[in-house]
Amino acid sequence: MVDKSSSGPGDQKNVRFYADVLLRTLVLLIVCNLLYAALTPGPQLARISAYNSLFPGRLRLPYGENPERDYNMSLSSLEAMFASHEISGKPKSSSEFRVILIGDSSIWGFLLPPGKTLAAFINEAEVVLPDGRAVHAYNLGYPVMSLAKDLLILNEAMAYEPDLIIWPITLESFPEDKQLSHPLLQQNPAKVQALSDKYSIDFGVSSPEQVEAALWNDSIIGSRRSLADLLRLQLYGVMWAATGIDHAIPGSYTPRQEDLPADTTFHDLPGPNFAKNDLAFDLLSAGQRIAGQVPVILVNEPMFISQGMNSHIRYNFFYPRWAFDDYRRHLDSLSRENGWNYLDLWDAVENHQFTNSAIHMTPEGTRQFAYSLIESIVEIASSTKPD
Amino acid sequence: MTLVHILVFIVFTLLVRWLWPPHRRGWFILVGSLLAVFWLQPSTPIRNLDFWLPAASIALTVLTWAIVRPAQTSSRVPWVTGMILIVGSFLAVGLLRYIPGLCCLTPSRPPQLIQVLPAAVLTLVVFALLYRYSPGKNWVPGGAIALLITLFVILKSPALASLASSGVRDLQGQSTELATFTDLPWLGFSYLAFRLIHALRDFQSNKLPPASAEEFSVYALFYPAVTAGPIDRLQRFLPDLRRAGQSEAVEDTIQGGKRIFYGIIKKFVLADSLALISINSQNAFQANSTAWMWVMLYAYAFRLFFDFSGYTDIAIGLGRLAGIRLPENFDQPYLKPNLTAFWNSWHMTLAQWFRAYFFNPLTRSLRSRYRAFPAWSIILIGQLSTMILIGLWHGITWSFFAWGAWHGSGLFIHNRWVEWRRSRAPAVVDSPSGSKISGFMGGLVTFHFVLLGWVWFAMPDPEIALDVFSKLFGR
Repeated sequence: MVDKSSSGPGDQKNVRFYADVLLRTLVLLIVCNLLYAALTPGPQLARISAYNSLFPGRLRLPYGENPERDYNMSLSSLEAMFASHEISGKPKSSSEFRVILIGDSSIWGFLLPPGKTLAAFINEAEVVLPDGRAVHAYNLGYPVMSLAKDLLILNEAMAYEPDLIIWPITLESFPEDKQLSHPLLQQNPAKVQALSDKYSIDFGVSSPEQVEAALWNDSIIGSRRSLADLLRLQLYGVMWAATGIDHAIPGSYTPRQEDLPADTTFHDLPGPNFAKNDLAFDLLSAGQRIAGQVPVILVNEPMFISQGMNSHIRYNFFYPRWAFDDYRRHLDSLSRENGWNYLDLWDAVENHQFTNSAIHMTPEGTRQFAYSLIESIVEIASSTKPD
Repeated sequence: MTLVHILVFIVFTLLVRWLWPPHRRGWFILVGSLLAVFWLQPSTPIRNLDFWLPAASIALTVLTWAIVRPAQTSSRVPWVTGMILIVGSFLAVGLLRYIPGLCCLTPSRPPQLIQVLPAAVLTLVVFALLYRYSPGKNWVPGGAIALLITLFVILKSPALASLASSGVRDLQGQSTELATFTDLPWLGFSYLAFRLIHALRDFQSNKLPPASAEEFSVYALFYPAVTAGPIDRLQRFLPDLRRAGQSEAVEDTIQGGKRIFYGIIKKFVLADSLALISINSQNAFQANSTAWMWVMLYAYAFRLFFDFSGYTDIAIGLGRLAGIRLPENFDQPYLKPNLTAFWNSWHMTLAQWFRAYFFNPLTRSLRSRYRAFPAWSIILIGQLSTMILIGLWHGITWSFFAWGAWHGSGLFIHNRWVEWRRSRAPAVVDSPSGSKISGFMGGLVTFHFVLLGWVWFAMPDPEIALDVFSKLFGR
């Protein structure tokens, strides 16, 4: 039913021309996508960052639950995350004693401004070692409770030549089912696999959600979301530079639970006197292997100890007493057996210094935590020699 | 409009253009437009309102046609058309409620048939009354304009919109305490109202071309332009709709496709990216330096431009695919050497509408009634009131009032400046080098005047805007 009677030779010429253009474009698109998939330039692209040049480097790894208010966002590219961090912009000098902190949201500084985190308070102390090196701490915490995630970040961080690694941990990061469940690990299957192969780590679970790296995913079209994330991260650099905000802190929040449920179970643990194998304690050894010659201070991080209802059977929202007591015992014995530097600071911070969870601290609580670490930092740092 | 909406519209338009015979194309565009009004309607917390608001858009369109219809219309055809438009669209969308696989075109389930039918019948009765009795009665189009303006004022005024929301909530048996002015997001009402007022005003002055009910409805509810314009004129739209031959289909498809592509890049890449760093009432006071405040303000200015001109490109591109050349809305506004030129190139169809239906009649009337008034005072009143009205068109708040007054004053100052220069230094203005320098300087000043004007536009109230000005100038 198309009326083509009035189409002239000019139109036909036009159609041929545009059909030709369309075909060439299509071929070019396919070739570019295949080339992109074959060369996988994603990680290299992710290392190109406006941070540390146009904008100051971030004081902690990018993470944002509400990007519009946080001026920050979560993404899966570790290369981009590190490229936006201040650690990428500061070549290590001989006068610097470089300390990196890995760990969960309490180390990243949930509900804390970037200048009031554990790393920031360590820096505020302006510790200078007897050999003249100044201690500088870098916040490489990330708000996910998983030791596998800590290992993934530690593995990347080793490229930045740390002199000391501080690794605060808590029991909630140990259950096997928590290790690979976060998108950061799900979307970095190659890195997780490489880590597992290189350091003979058994992550204990075969995750069905693990993203398969199909050829399609590596093409430009398949990578469009991660490419858009890269661009958005750079744009948020403007707001980071303009405001110094990377985390919107609400004026009020629901405080950590004081009255606790009468529940004494903890994940899939069988009950009191559980074995080391029931949790991912082996990942601590893997962390030590990744660190190699660099000393590690393992810290059982401070937590809120409830005095409310059912506090006789639970310490807090996260932990039944039996589970946490067993965990501490295992940590202590493992550290002794392996000669690890271990600090048990589980009760080092006053109860009223916890905010919305049993591990998130106020600035004052974080400062208390920092100052209880500094002595050990100095002690271990003094025993190391400059490169 | 989301990318999915745009993709569906592209496919639909191409099918209509290439597969349907030209003489039936108008009907398909009409059906597409009627359905799109429901489909594009945003959700609202008030029950069934996402059905009633688009239904009201259709009803207002058909009722307006009953007022402005050509005198020689035969009595049978419009009835059939009216029935199809009103009952057909209401029922077609309403009945989807009962078809699980297809439900729903609206964001929530449409109301029950028992509610839809009386509404359709009531609209038909009003249609019949207007059709039968409105000819020759001058107060009817005037009343219709007043009704549209009243609706407009209610929707655009936060206090009245809250009150209206409270009333509608009460009718629906919902809590009135939760009523807010954002409860009534009537898709494209501002633009629809302007098209209908244009038709009514031109009808009053015998300038409206005769259009059938379906032609008029396509004009008022044309799906590419229903959300945010451009505001076309019936005189310009009709020939395209009637022509829409096959001879230019290839060229239209290519040019339309290009335009849509540019629009998507502008809106979804550039504007959405700039939105992340644009100034707003939250970040304006978090900025730690004046320089960053300016960066965020520049980002806001370009975000607005790319967002709106990108949307316009998409609308114009979709129109072109259908064979209808919608009017341009932007012509490099930020490169203009003066504010008058800026307003001739920024949201052009809105400015032209106000010029035709407010500024020109007002200044004509002032000149004829108050001959003793100096020319400059008439220009001042005309420009200030026109720009304030354009400001209030965005929302009846003090911020938009201030934005309008800012531009009205700017236009008046520019007008006086031009007069003054013409009398003082005609040689400088006429020489090519003088013209280049003044053009560049004028462009710079104009852009920054517009840029600072966006502060009024972006901030929720003038007090905050004043604080932002203080910060911008380092205080």
